[in-house]
Amino acid sequence: MSTWVWAPDVWWTLFKHFFALSLLSIGGAITLVPDMHRRLVLTDHLLSDADFTASIALAQAAPGPNVLFVALMGWYSCGLMGATASLLGVMIPSTTLALAASRWVSTRKHWVGVHAFQEGMTPVTVGLLLATGWLLMPSVQNPKALAVSALVALLVWRTKIRLIWLVLGGAFLGGLGII
Amino acid sequence: MPDQAHGSSAARPSSLWQLFAAFTVLAMQGFGGVLAVAQKELCDRRAWLTQAEFLQMLGTAQVLPGPNVCNLSLMIGDKFFGWRGALVALTGMIAAPFALLLALAWTLGHASSAAPTQHAIQGALNGIAAVAAGQIIGTVLKLSAPIKQHPLGGLTAAGLAVAAFAMMTWLHWPLIWVLLGLGSLTCLYTYAILRKRKAST
Repeated sequence: MSTWVWAPDVWWTLFKHFFALSLLSIGGAITLVPDMHRRLVLTDHLLSDADFTASIALAQAAPGPNVLFVALMGWYSCGLMGATASLLGVMIPSTTLALAASRWVSTRKHWVGVHAFQEGMTPVTVGLLLATGWLLMPSVQNPKALAVSALVALLVWRTKIRLIWLVLGGAFLGGLGII
Repeated sequence: MPDQAHGSSAARPSSLWQLFAAFTVLAMQGFGGVLAVAQKELCDRRAWLTQAEFLQMLGTAQVLPGPNVCNLSLMIGDKFFGWRGALVALTGMIAAPFALLLALAWTLGHASSAAPTQHAIQGALNGIAAVAAGQIIGTVLKLSAPIKQHPLGGLTAAGLAVAAFAMMTWLHWPLIWVLLGLGSLTCLYTYAILRKRKAST
């Protein structure tokens, strides 16, 4: 994909698609992947199946919020401006709402209802996060990778080790084909 | 809300610039997700938030649309510096990883397609993925400490966490069902308990 592509109509299409999906992304943009696939790949033919999958895999492995896979889809569709338009489209609606909602909540902290919401959600949040980690675990067909995950979980839980060393270690072992 | 007393966490960022730098640094360390690093940097290392505050903000971030860590950045920036802080924290979270990711995609597009190179890249990505899964689980185990003091009682709260986990992993319910179904139930139950407690004091 070339970096500079002059195609305002494609920028606008990308922006519109992601803008429309943004407020549906409860639980993160990753929940919208099936609908993104329908819109961008099947209907509008903006990028290929392979590029679509690569966007998600690459963003998962690279540092930063996973939502950046949206920017990569824009990149593969239409270069730098496509990436920017896509990211702005997916961020603007949810960001505006999140800021307004969190302000509403934080000025009403003393309300029993708000307190109950915050306290009530914590067990659910813990369970959902645990499920996220669980679903990302390597399969049992790869016991060495599974052991690495378990060891990392223990180290993160019980020690003050810098996470970056764990990541570098994982990349190193994986790159050499050990796990 | 900049001026509001929250009182529970010890330290705070001294400037917008420090806020920006902190979020850039933590985002660039977050391979396969930023949450684990965010917890480590913001609660353990810098002490800008307590574990309980972090978990509460995350709970709110979770029910709102949008990426959880981005919503979290907004809320934390807003807490210390108002809307400017919110924008600065979010930009810090996104800008550097955005640039790096596009550079990476560009490089891979031009990289050698020789089998050994591709093989090593794929292996490294798999290794990072295994570590990322472990990081999330370790972080949750650490974050679950405040659950013991939950108004519903530690045991009930832990049971509810397990229920949410099971609904996602075994029953494969859509997230929205779990959030609206189980979430509203626990909130109502907590509300009843808190009302009763308030009435009796």
